[in-house]
Amino acid sequence: MITKFRGRVHKYRENVDTDVIIPGKYLKEMDPLKLAQHALEGLDTEFVKKVKPGDFIVAGRNFGCGSSREHAPIALRYSGIKAVLTPSFARIFYRNAVDGGHLIPIEITNETYEQIADGDEIEIDLEKHTVVNITQETEYGIKAFPELIMKILEAGSLFKYDQMK
Amino acid sequence: MTSMTITEKILARASGKDQVAPGDVVFANVDKAMMHDVSGPGAKVVLDEVAKEKGEIKIWDPSRVFMAEDHFVPCSDVQAAGNMETMEKMAKDWGITRYYRFGKGQHGICHTLATEDALVLPGEVYTGGDSHTNTAGALGLFAVGLGHTDLAYVLLNGKIWFRVPETILFKIDGPMPDHSMAKDLILKIIGQIGVDGANYKTMQFAGSTVTEMEMDERLTLTNMSTEAGAKNGIIEPDEKTFEHIDSRTQEKYTPVYGDSDCHYVETLNFDGSKLEPMVARPFSPQNVCPVREVSNIEIDRAYIGSCTGAKIQDLREAAKIMKGNKVKVRTEVLPAAQSIYKKAIDEGLISIFVDSGALIGPSTCGACCGAHMGVLGKSEVCVSTTNRNFPGRMGHVESQTYLASPKTVAASAITGKITDPRDLSGKM
Ligand code: SF4
Repeated sequence: MITKFRGRVHKYRENVDTDVIIPGKYLKEMDPLKLAQHALEGLDTEFVKKVKPGDFIVAGRNFGCGSSREHAPIALRYSGIKAVLTPSFARIFYRNAVDGGHLIPIEITNETYEQIADGDEIEIDLEKHTVVNITQETEYGIKAFPELIMKILEAGSLFKYDQMK
Repeated sequence: MTSMTITEKILARASGKDQVAPGDVVFANVDKAMMHDVSGPGAKVVLDEVAKEKGEIKIWDPSRVFMAEDHFVPCSDVQAAGNMETMEKMAKDWGITRYYRFGKGQHGICHTLATEDALVLPGEVYTGGDSHTNTAGALGLFAVGLGHTDLAYVLLNGKIWFRVPETILFKIDGPMPDHSMAKDLILKIIGQIGVDGANYKTMQFAGSTVTEMEMDERLTLTNMSTEAGAKNGIIEPDEKTFEHIDSRTQEKYTPVYGDSDCHYVETLNFDGSKLEPMVARPFSPQNVCPVREVSNIEIDRAYIGSCTGAKIQDLREAAKIMKGNKVKVRTEVLPAAQSIYKKAIDEGLISIFVDSGALIGPSTCGACCGAHMGVLGKSEVCVSTTNRNFPGRMGHVESQTYLASPKTVAASAITGKITDPRDLSGKM
């Protein structure tokens, strides 16, 4: 598994809910690329225009609250987002991100959230549990993953983890 | 052995352990699983991928699975219709016979069907492809929502991983006043603890206020445990639970109770007798205040629907207020299941709603998730018995939804302003 990722930050508020990540009217859609065209539509209509493959979302606590729609992490994944960094995730969003193999859910402190700015370039190192802020020339720690979560992330998804057992 | 809560005991039993503690990660056997027309086709995409490698797949136990068409029915467009065709094929290929189809006998919102038809039982582990699967926890089971990859995993393996949650006990005592409903209580709780106040945790409800509640009211509490981020909501079973189930199914079950000295991570006490009508303002279910603080706000729409607020007791309470009155704003009533619709007809409630000028809709999710059948326009303000009011939830991203009890929504429909049911007489 690649454990180092570099990309640009798109920064958002706390309690970013699944209704703004992908509105209910799109839930009939099963094509991930079509879902990606509407990623974060309810919060930032510019997002899909500016996001680049490998970018990150840095957001306030309780990211992904609301519904169980896996369309939410799928829309973000296929828009190009690699990982979401936040002080806390809503539980189903976290499960979906990991088990579906869509995104790397990274827990940071509130202070780190405050310090990272929109547009910053950062590098995540999952082995060292650090985030290097290249723009600001600073470094922050990230929370280590629980054992099972790390194994599923390494495998790529819950189904792939199962095949490896 | 250390004592355990009801949730811990159910998870211990399901994972073949004598003992579990919060923080443990277990693979639990699932007793029942549910999917609807959003999560079902999603799970099929995942299982089709698996089938590419493994060849034909078989699901673990079709008799333990049920499916409901509820989000986009009657089909809003050809894409929705295509998803129903997918569901039909899934039911056929996988041998799922408990398949609720709109316009074909009993049907309605998946969570309402789960309890209305007693498809899930005390002591069970029940996973559903929808966040409000929590609702069924009011019958004393571990009911939890999952995304479609996890759901597909359950369909294939009959088990799934869980981190054993800490339990917060909400102890509510005292007789609830006439003007209040369970919705006011759960809104008050969410207002206090916030939309992530119970993230990863169990919300367990107890106390005399809860014991006195009818099952429909208890279901409102567990339903909206989701809006506080809870993994599950649960209420220990009692005579009312058994009566509810035994009047609907012959199936046998083993009720589970927490140990009397079990550990709760926190206990929060509430005085049920002091409850007053509450409302969650846009754009979050935690934006809670007493209805009287916003009673000057003019509304365009009133919505009585969803798995939260269109059970038979919700309709009864709304009808009591609407009887003999005309609605001032466009009002919709969507009973949460066909069986509830029928009861509402038999009890004369539908006539009351129609006489008041309201529109009666089919038993579906409707506009609750902004899907169709009454979505809100840009400038519209709605007071609703549903459970979420995030931006764009019920329609245009700028439309505004106030969440309230069926009594408050009915009172507001009549006055055209957000109205505390206690203040109604002077305004009619
Ligand atoms: S009624 Fe609303 S909250 Fe309930 S299942 Fe349907 S969309 Fe979800």
